[in-house]
Amino acid sequence: MTRTKHLLAAAVIGAALGAAALPGSATAAEGVELLEHRWSFDGLFGTFDRAAAQRGFQVYREVCSACHSLKYVSFRNLAALGFSEEQVQALAEEYTVQDGPNDQGEMFERPGKASDRLPSPYPNPEAARVANNGALPPDLSLITKAREDGPNYLYSLLNGYEEPPAEFQLADGMNYNAYFPGHQIAMPQPLSPDQVTYADGSTASVEQMSSDVATFLTWAAEPQLEARKATGLKVMLFLIVLTGLLYATKRRVWADVH
Amino acid sequence: MSAGPSSSPQYSNPVVRWIEYRMPIFSTLDNFVGGSYPTPRNLSYWWNFGSLAGIALTLQILTGIVLAMHYTPHVDFAFASVEHIMRDVNFGWLLRYAHANGASMFFIVVYIHIFRGLYYGSYKAPRELLWMIGVVILILMMATAFMGYVLPWGQMSFWGATVITNLFSAIPLVGEGIVTWLWGGYAVDNPTLNRFYSLHFLMPFLIAGVVVFHIIALHQFGSNNPLGIDKKSPKDSIPFHPYYTIKDLFGLAVFFLVFAGFVFYFPNMLGHPDNYIEANPLSTPAHIVPEWYFLPFYAILRAITFDIWFLPAKLIGVILMFGSILVLFFLPWLDTSPVRSARFRPLYKIFFWVLLADCFMLGYLGSQTPEGSRAVFALIGTLYYFFHFLILLPLLGKLETPKPLPASISEPVLRTPLASPAE
Repeated sequence: MTRTKHLLAAAVIGAALGAAALPGSATAAEGVELLEHRWSFDGLFGTFDRAAAQRGFQVYREVCSACHSLKYVSFRNLAALGFSEEQVQALAEEYTVQDGPNDQGEMFERPGKASDRLPSPYPNPEAARVANNGALPPDLSLITKAREDGPNYLYSLLNGYEEPPAEFQLADGMNYNAYFPGHQIAMPQPLSPDQVTYADGSTASVEQMSSDVATFLTWAAEPQLEARKATGLKVMLFLIVLTGLLYATKRRVWADVH
Repeated sequence: MSAGPSSSPQYSNPVVRWIEYRMPIFSTLDNFVGGSYPTPRNLSYWWNFGSLAGIALTLQILTGIVLAMHYTPHVDFAFASVEHIMRDVNFGWLLRYAHANGASMFFIVVYIHIFRGLYYGSYKAPRELLWMIGVVILILMMATAFMGYVLPWGQMSFWGATVITNLFSAIPLVGEGIVTWLWGGYAVDNPTLNRFYSLHFLMPFLIAGVVVFHIIALHQFGSNNPLGIDKKSPKDSIPFHPYYTIKDLFGLAVFFLVFAGFVFYFPNMLGHPDNYIEANPLSTPAHIVPEWYFLPFYAILRAITFDIWFLPAKLIGVILMFGSILVLFFLPWLDTSPVRSARFRPLYKIFFWVLLADCFMLGYLGSQTPEGSRAVFALIGTLYYFFHFLILLPLLGKLETPKPLPASISEPVLRTPLASPAE
């Protein structure tokens, strides 16, 4: 009998551990441990560090956007990062956007508007591939949600370029990255120290730029994160009080039965 | 049930009386969830999950109807329309996260509801039909959830749909034709997405209809209870209202706390990151896994890796996967014990927990690649699942000596045999 109980306990604990390892827990491909960064948006009360997100936008704009689109983000959305309406307007106007057809049936070019999506670097995936040695640079709008433990993955990947181990066979035109699944990545190391000049005087180290751009892209993937957590707090407080009141009522109603 | 005007209760409000005389809606409600529905006095909190399932279904329908106002069922726009909901629709993120996590909550609640039925023998006479209608609801839920997961048109949507619809190709002779018919073409494509959307919208209402039958069957004999014995005297029951209405409301608030925790703080924990990548028929994900609530069945599907006689492994896997649910229809007759509650069945009680652990193990194995020892464990787990229902339960009823049952619900302390002068 005791032996059965022990077996039973072992089975139940094993099952619980199994359930804990279901999709959702953070494990990188091939079991590589990701670099763990402290993010402003972590935790129950997390919010986006506006300065970091603005710096991250600068990194995206000056470095990543050469190859990567951000097609679900509009210029107007950037106001959420603390840019003024005028800044957003001025930024949009720096881009040229194709519009049309006009009443002559022709496509035409015009300066960008705040309501436009951020323009993509290539007109179509085929053009992107031919310009990148056959590799397709993914759209970054959802990249932090499309990877397990996205912000840490992105941060690790951008800091993960290193010399391949001696026995590692690197294919032509590929680069070694400690955190990329399979370690062979088509993207060459995108960030090098002082690649951008930050307006706020922050040192543009690779670590700094990586964490800034990861913050920006986490916002881009989940712009409603702050609204979600703020609403969640009110909902939870309401529900805790409601649950307490209902429990007290239940006790009272049942008092004559027990 | 009130048979007509003569047996209607008297209501003081003249408007209520006027309506009640022409349509006995108030007495019907009173009989179903009111003071006129006698309910066992000893129901534990495990009996909360039936009403919770009803609430979860209602929430899915409500959030789903609003999502449908903003969603576009077309392969070129579906993914973008979901992002539109997340970014531009007022509280769209809340609707979508509530709907996506609501499906998981619905399954958690229903699985607990089912295992409660297994533990306390709620499927036994005279509640066999009630149980079977419940299995129908489970099957409809699974079909609905599967098709709903395809709609965002992410990578897992597309490849999950491809894998699961391809199962039908295992059927000899007509399999390939059935798959083409299901797809509306020669691959999962726009016609597939469109019909899945249409059916995903329809099926919750079918579920709601079957739930009505579930409730009608329930009210014929009322709820089972933790002792698994029938009500013998009026002392054994209390009115549903206010006792169980308030108890269900308290349970509902606790449920909402858990639900809200997921929606507001871990909205993507139960999902798969690959579904935030738009569907691409040319790029297969490294590991195709279904949603967590299908993982045990997925493990059973993949458990058989060898042909048996003329039966190919794939066909056996498909038969076992569907069989693992269909076997539940026969459960009331496979379990030969006259005692319902596991409280009085010392051996069954152990095997209940073993079965639960087996299901958890299969769920874990379903989430992993089926290699090495994991494939062996999946096979063992699958065989055990069927062993439990097909061999163990029929034998157990004959081999096991149940503990003495209490004389009545209201006197469970008297652990004396039924023969005692309790009447």
